[in-house]
Amino acid sequence: MTSAVSFRKVSRHFGSVRAVDAVDLDIVPGEFFAMLGPSGSGKTTCLRLIAGFEQPTAGEIRIFDEKADGVPPYRRNVNTVFQDYALFPHLNVLDNVAYGLMVKGIGKAERRRAAEETLTLVKLPGYGARKPGQLSGGQRQRVALARALVNKPKVLLLDEPLGALDLKLREQMQEELKALQRRLGITFVFVTHDQGEALSMADRVAVFNDGRIMQVGTPSEIYERPQSRFVADFVGSSNVLPPDFVQRYSGQRRWGSLRPESIRIGRNVSGDGVAAKLVSASYLGATTRLALDAEGLRLHATVPSGAALPPEGETVTLTFNREHLHLMEEGA
Amino acid sequence: MTDAVLSARPVPAILPRRGGFFGNLSDILWRNPKLLLFLMLAPPVLWLGVVYLGSLFALLLQSFFSIDEFSGLINRDFTLKTYGELLLPSNMDIIIRTVAMAAIVTLASAVIAFPIAYYAARYARGKWKVLFYLGIMLPLWSSYLVKIYAWKLILAKEGILTWLLGKLHLNWLLDAWLSLPVVGGNSLSVSFTGTFIVFVYVWLPFMILPIQAALERVPANLVEASSDLGASPGQTFRNVLFPLALPGIVAGSIFTFSLTLGDYIIPQIIGTSRLFIGQAVYAHQGTAGNIPLAAAFTVVPIVVMGFYLWGAKRMGAFDAL
Repeated sequence: MTSAVSFRKVSRHFGSVRAVDAVDLDIVPGEFFAMLGPSGSGKTTCLRLIAGFEQPTAGEIRIFDEKADGVPPYRRNVNTVFQDYALFPHLNVLDNVAYGLMVKGIGKAERRRAAEETLTLVKLPGYGARKPGQLSGGQRQRVALARALVNKPKVLLLDEPLGALDLKLREQMQEELKALQRRLGITFVFVTHDQGEALSMADRVAVFNDGRIMQVGTPSEIYERPQSRFVADFVGSSNVLPPDFVQRYSGQRRWGSLRPESIRIGRNVSGDGVAAKLVSASYLGATTRLALDAEGLRLHATVPSGAALPPEGETVTLTFNREHLHLMEEGA
Repeated sequence: MTDAVLSARPVPAILPRRGGFFGNLSDILWRNPKLLLFLMLAPPVLWLGVVYLGSLFALLLQSFFSIDEFSGLINRDFTLKTYGELLLPSNMDIIIRTVAMAAIVTLASAVIAFPIAYYAARYARGKWKVLFYLGIMLPLWSSYLVKIYAWKLILAKEGILTWLLGKLHLNWLLDAWLSLPVVGGNSLSVSFTGTFIVFVYVWLPFMILPIQAALERVPANLVEASSDLGASPGQTFRNVLFPLALPGIVAGSIFTFSLTLGDYIIPQIIGTSRLFIGQAVYAHQGTAGNIPLAAAFTVVPIVVMGFYLWGAKRMGAFDAL
C-alpha cells in the first residue's frame, strides 16, 4: 500500500545542528497523525520538509509515492495551517480563503462559491467581507483551516494550530478538527508539544526527541507501553522507575514505568508496600495528585478527590498491582 | 535563610512621597497626563504652526498678488492674474518637464530600490545589516554639492564613463543614445539623461529606507503561506509582497517625487539650459524680483503632491496600513 507520506533516512542539518536525523516514517492515507515532542525536537522541521519549505540534507521523501525532492512548495498538493495562521492582512476573509484557487487561475465566481462553501464547513458562513484583523483568534484559526482545505489537499499539515487558543476553545477545536478529518478523509499531520492533544486527537502518534523518532504507535500504545524513559517521561505523567526498583518487583533489571492512577495509598506501615513520605497534594478537580518521596525516588499518584488523605509529611505505604508495572525495552 | 532575610525588615504597603521639586512634579504629571501631553506638544506645535506653516502661508498669499509690469512693484490686491501667467506655454513647459522628470525618477528609484530593500529586510543579519545601513546612509553624509560635481565629472565628455564605455567598445551605444531627441545632448552631463541619473542617485536612499521598513513588517510566513497555497514566486510578489510593500513605496515616492519637483541645483549643474520648477522659482524671486510668480510656481508642487496622494489613496495604497 502506498503511504501518504514516507521518509527514508531523511536528515535535515543546519550547520552542525541535526534538526532531523535519519528519520524513517510512514503516514497512512486518511489517518490523523500527530508529531509530538518538546521544542527543538525536529517535529516542526519534519512538517516543513513535507510542505517543501525545507529540503532534506539526505534521504528521500515521497508523497503518495511521488518523489518530493527538489519540488517547490507551490507544486505540492499539500497545504499548511500555520502556527500563527499567516493570514494575508490586506485581503478580506473570502479572498484569503480563495487565494489558492485564485493563483491556480480558477474563475472569480467559482472560487468565491468554493470559498463561501468552505467557510460554512468551518462554521464561519458570512464572514467573507471581514478583514483578518477584525477576527478573534479562534475565528482566524478557522479561516486558516478553510484557506488550506479549499484546495482539497492530499495532506493537510497543521503546525501547533491550537497553541494560541485558550483552553475551552482548544478543546472545542480538537473535537471539531477530529470530526472534520473523519468527514473529509484527508490525511492530517499535526505537530504539537501537548501530549494530551496528541493522544486525544490522533490515530497514531510519533514521539520526537533530538531529531529522531523515539516511538510510533497508537495513543494507547504510546501511553501504556512506552519503549523508553523519554517517551514515558514526556507522554503523560507516568512514573519512571529505575532498574534497581523494577528488579525488586519484576526480577528484571530494566527501566519501568507505572501510571499514577495505578498506585494505591495505604496508611498501615507494614506488608510488602513501598514506604514513602507524602510531600504535597494538589487538587485537580475529580482527582487529587500526590507527590511522594520513596527513599529519594520522586513518585506521583492520583487518587479520587474526596478520599481522606494523610497530612503532608506523613509516611504512607504505596501498593500497586505488579501487572501494571510496565517494563521498557531500554535496559539498565 | 532567604525567609529570614526577606522578613527581617518590615515593608510598608504604600511607599512615602519622594518629595522635592521633581518628586512633586512627577506626582502632578502622573495625576494629569493631559498636562504632560500639553507640555510636550506645545513647543513643537507652536514651531510647526506659527513658524513653519505660517511662513508657508505667507508665501502662498504672495501668489495671489501681482506685479506691476511697468514699475516692477508688487500690487497687493487679490488677483488670479499670476496663476494665469503659469498657463503661458513657456511656463507650462517648465511644469510639464519637471513633473515628468519627477515621475520617471520616482519610478526608476522604486525599481532599483525594491531588490535592495528586499535583501536588507529578508536576508541581511548582524554586520551585513550594519553594512547595508552604512552603504545607504554614507552618501547622505557627504555634501550634496560635492556629489553633484563628482557626477558632472563622471558624466562629462572626457569623463570616466565615456572612457569605460570606450574600453568596452560600447561608445556607439552612448553616441546612439545621445543622438536621440529630448534625452540626448552633447554629452551625458548636459543632457536630461544626466539630470535623471543624478536625481536617481541622490534620492535613492529616501526610497530604499521606507520600502525596507515596510518589507520588514511583512512576516516571512506570509511568503511561505502564499507558496504553500500554490503561488509561484512571481504570483507571491504580485499578490502579497507588492501590496504589503506599497505603503512603503508610496512613502518613498513622496520623498523622491517632491524632492525632484522642488530641486533647483541638480538641473542647474547637470543638464540642459531648460528650466525646472525650482530653477524658475529661484530666478523669479531673485534676479527678476517677481515674488508672486515665484510663489505661484511654489504652489504647483504642493497641488501636484496633493493629487498624487489622493490618487494613491484611491488606488488603495494605504489599505495595508
